[in-house]
Amino acid sequence: MIEVKNVTKSFDDRTVLHDVSATFYTGKTNLIIGQSGSGKTVLMKSLVGLMTPEKGEILFDGRDIIGMDRSQIKDLRKEIGMLFQGSALFDSETVLGNVMFPLTMFTRQSYDEMYQRAMFCLERVNLKGAENKYPSEISGGMQKRVAIARAIALNPKYLFCDEPNSGLDPKTSIVIDELLRDITHEYNITTVINTHDMNSVLGIGENIIFINKGRREWVGDMTQIYNTSNEALNDFVFATHLFQKVREYVVENERPTPPTSATPAAK
Amino acid sequence: MFMQRVFGIPDRWRTFGRRTIQEVSKLGIDSIPLVIIISLFIGAVIAIQMQLNISSPLIPAYSVGLATRDIVLLEFSNSILCLILAGKVGSNIASEIGTMRVTEQIDALEIMGVNSANFLVLPKVVGFVLFMPALVVICMATSLIGGYLVALLTDIITVSRYVYGLQALFQEWYVWYGLIKSVVFAFIISSVASFYGYYVKGGALDVGKASTNGVVASSILILLFDVLLTKLLLQ
Repeated sequence: MIEVKNVTKSFDDRTVLHDVSATFYTGKTNLIIGQSGSGKTVLMKSLVGLMTPEKGEILFDGRDIIGMDRSQIKDLRKEIGMLFQGSALFDSETVLGNVMFPLTMFTRQSYDEMYQRAMFCLERVNLKGAENKYPSEISGGMQKRVAIARAIALNPKYLFCDEPNSGLDPKTSIVIDELLRDITHEYNITTVINTHDMNSVLGIGENIIFINKGRREWVGDMTQIYNTSNEALNDFVFATHLFQKVREYVVENERPTPPTSATPAAK
Repeated sequence: MFMQRVFGIPDRWRTFGRRTIQEVSKLGIDSIPLVIIISLFIGAVIAIQMQLNISSPLIPAYSVGLATRDIVLLEFSNSILCLILAGKVGSNIASEIGTMRVTEQIDALEIMGVNSANFLVLPKVVGFVLFMPALVVICMATSLIGGYLVALLTDIITVSRYVYGLQALFQEWYVWYGLIKSVVFAFIISSVASFYGYYVKGGALDVGKASTNGVVASSILILLFDVLLTKLLLQ
């Protein structure tokens, strides 16, 4: 579990996060949502230690990352996997090389053991057969799946995903969402997903934190979001005619119908 | 601060060794064709120009070989070569690391707990510094061969006089002087270009700017250290 307590972060005179508190639960897909410029990326970067807030605590199962020295952060990061918006795969390495990279850096396993583990991870994300390709030779959706395989290679306790569906078509987005949800449940990971994809919000949002203008405005899950009275959240989530219709339908029928369940995932 | 991170102890020596060999190949061995082509032609040009400028009956004919040799050993094979390599190798390093920065590959390394500056930059610096003397020796030899070809293929100077000039009044220290300077310049090229690439902010356009700035900054530093080292080592 990750607990964020009263975190404040500023750039020059501009305060981007105002006293934000939130809890990210283990074994759940925790979503940070908000408009562009709302501060969700700053919150995500603060969580993983790429930015240091001026005030507050960020507790990883009781360990405050803000007070840690470099070696402690380094140790903690071995428990963290991260999926970047642009996948951030190493261009000079093959798919297999990318997935094996954390294993070569942080384990004392033999090549065969590392190979087996990497192939297991690639199989888990349905990418067996692509191990010898380079990132430039595979599609955006496949790159995301490679990045997921790399992120889970070391069995992380915490998985951070920065806009995992960015640049993907809706069908591939659903594949990525379901993969993240399944991995979270399967390995009991604390998964934090930074997104503004409404399919993800309504499909895998088991714990949703809505950030607006640097403040945490709402916390709930994908079933509660349909009945929220928060105006900013309503404007954000149900901005399109389609989602307004979905909401009307769900409220009328008094049960949530996540869009992902309606469409079978393409493997 | 940046150099402090670069010169930390590598997380994995084996990985560091493998990456250093890759950098020797990419930055050093891949530069050999360029070095040979440039050296061959510049060596020939120096020999021709020396002959034109030393066409006095008071100056012995072998001076062409002697002057060509000294120019090559003292300045061309190290300073001028490094200015040329600052363009090739420096822009290569800055753009590679800069692209890794803007595509979040460096952030990915940091998140994994890898010292990205050390992991990416140290093999480049070590690899290039280690291989630079080899490039200088190749440059020296090829330049003198360029002059030799001028003597062989034209009638402006005889081969025997050119070869005699190459051997006349030879000072071994000039070779060492050139090698010492080249090692310092190799360090400047690789570290300055890495610095500019590592701290890129923005997109592809900024990577290009960083690459240009890295080449300009390392060229200026090479010229500055050329003066300092010459004063220090030759006087």
